[in-house]
Amino acid sequence: MAMLELQDVHVKYGAVEALKGVTLEVNEGEIVTLLGANGAGKTTTLRTISGLLRPSAGRILFEGRPIDQMPAHEVLGIGVGHVPEGRRVFPRMSVQENLEMGAYQRKGGNKEVMQRVFELFPVLSERKSQEGGTLSGGEQQMLAIGRALMSRPRLILLDEPSMGLAPLIVAKIFEIIAEINDDGTTVLLVEQNAAQALKLAGRGYVLETGSIVMSDDAATLLSDDRVRAAYLGEDIGAA
Amino acid sequence: MSNPTLERGETPGPGSRLPWHRNEDYRRMFSLLMVGLVVALMTGPSGNRDHPTDGFTGSWFHPRVLLFLGAAAAIGVLMTLYDRSKGAGRRNPLQPVIAPITAVRDRMTSQPLLRYSVYAAILVFAVLYPMTLTPFWQRVLVDQIGVYVLLALGLNIVVGLAGLLDLGYIAFFAIGAYTTAYFTGKLPVAPPFTLNPFEVVPIAILATLVAGVLLGGPTLRLRGDYLAIVTLGFGEIVRILAVNGDAFFGTNVTNGPRGAVGIPHPSIHAFGINYDWTLKSLPYYYLLLVLVVGLLIAFNRLENSRVGRAWTAIREDEVAAAASGVPTVKYKLMAFAIGASTSGFAGVLYASKVGFISPDNFLLLFSLLVVTMVIFGGMGSLPGVVLGAAVLQWMPQVLRGKVPPEDRYIYFGALLILMMIFRPQGLLPSRRRSRELKLSEEGLGGADSLGATPGTTS
Repeated sequence: MAMLELQDVHVKYGAVEALKGVTLEVNEGEIVTLLGANGAGKTTTLRTISGLLRPSAGRILFEGRPIDQMPAHEVLGIGVGHVPEGRRVFPRMSVQENLEMGAYQRKGGNKEVMQRVFELFPVLSERKSQEGGTLSGGEQQMLAIGRALMSRPRLILLDEPSMGLAPLIVAKIFEIIAEINDDGTTVLLVEQNAAQALKLAGRGYVLETGSIVMSDDAATLLSDDRVRAAYLGEDIGAA
Repeated sequence: MSNPTLERGETPGPGSRLPWHRNEDYRRMFSLLMVGLVVALMTGPSGNRDHPTDGFTGSWFHPRVLLFLGAAAAIGVLMTLYDRSKGAGRRNPLQPVIAPITAVRDRMTSQPLLRYSVYAAILVFAVLYPMTLTPFWQRVLVDQIGVYVLLALGLNIVVGLAGLLDLGYIAFFAIGAYTTAYFTGKLPVAPPFTLNPFEVVPIAILATLVAGVLLGGPTLRLRGDYLAIVTLGFGEIVRILAVNGDAFFGTNVTNGPRGAVGIPHPSIHAFGINYDWTLKSLPYYYLLLVLVVGLLIAFNRLENSRVGRAWTAIREDEVAAAASGVPTVKYKLMAFAIGASTSGFAGVLYASKVGFISPDNFLLLFSLLVVTMVIFGGMGSLPGVVLGAAVLQWMPQVLRGKVPPEDRYIYFGALLILMMIFRPQGLLPSRRRSRELKLSEEGLGGADSLGATPGTTS
């Protein structure tokens, strides 16, 4: 049984249908990437999984339990962490307070997890008392990921972690995603940066105007002509 | 200099090549003098049929004009000095006043002994000082200041902590007051049983709590300006219902614009205590003091609890808060409900103290006034909002008799403007809030519920 299953999920914004029947699954331990152009519905998909949006039809199962009608904090409570698009750290809370907010639902100690987050992102431990809003873009992304890890999710949803970051930082963040996955966290990664996402992921889905149009192993997608033309440009795929 | 326009706050040196009329300082001085003239004209006598030129001659040719022009010039000079001192990295001219207060506040956090002695001193002062006041000021202390301190404390939860701008807050005050009028049998419709105003308190709290949730529920998805508009509408609906409630499907429910008269004073007849509050203000004052101190303790604990952290998170970024597992719906409703019930509570006290209520007590103006108090004192800061409410309610009373009544709001406005220029964070800002304001000036994040919608910037 897949860890996360979306079965024919539809989402509407008023009269506009943003998702027109998305079906996908993520197995435990995988890194799965969801590719697509702007407006394809990638962010909508993640926000629907994490309970920030309600599907108008279809089912979402996490470890066999339906979660499509659960409020966001309950979805988080059963082990789905969400790093929202555009980082969204709490700008006026310190790094430490941001991380503590991530563990908001956990009762008792969170020293261990925080220790692990600081191991993954040493720069955050150097800036513990600095305010979230004063961090650089890359550091904010790290903080957003760290904050999501604080709830000890078994599945983490990452929404465009490479957005607006320098290539060097992107590479670093992707390394850390691999490391988080090695720790045993399943990853569903939404990306526009298709080349890097497909190298990191085991499998991928391609979303176009609200529907899944392709799904395959990452390696196959990486060499697929249509994917290369649409998302990789002509040369990058070979690089 | 390639760009001839000056950045605001940048002052050109003596060698500046800008023509004088483009110099920021001169321009500001000119505007201020113009404002001084306008104010002089507005505060002067108005003409009438027999003396049509009074408004003009009485305003232009009068020592008062010099007074206002002088004041304008003084403010201009002060502002220029202030800008210069900022530009040169020198100390704020107000620093000698602010520094000791800040120092004491900083120390208070680390030294509990000092903290509690300051609290004790303030409490002793608050207990003893009103005894020395004249009956007029004692009445002001209760009817104007005390009631509005309660209102400001309640609104501070909604606006200051949860960051939800509520412009219809006075509606809950009205609901509390009308509930009192109803259950004491002073509305045209007879209640099932009549109660003493004290016994109305739980009912009023419940009623306003429900009203708060009713308002909060449908508006949960709104933020910032949109929420402000809806709450403003809610406040007006409640008031207009009260105005037109004298013909509510043919029944007179609220007595319309005439309001309710003769609401009894509260009294205690329980636990062996028998006490009746009367027309005297001082006993009400002590009742209010106990309540305010109780609320201060309760709200302080709330602010530093998980609930308070949830509110901070919602205020700073609602999506991030939801993604971090904060049940945002629950906590927003909770903020609304706590704020509303505090307001309702104040309504009961006000109605039973003054004995008379009408829809005119619940105008939009008063909602705005409470918001102003919260901002003026320092959003999110408990001592700040208490002080803000006290100062803003005290000032018009001081001006009473000294200036023509119709001019009072001009001075009130001037005070607010000065405040926004020199101390936008409020009289006694909360530490987090002043940091937030500083950061938003530097372009990092929206300032608060009153400006940018939280969460639209990273």
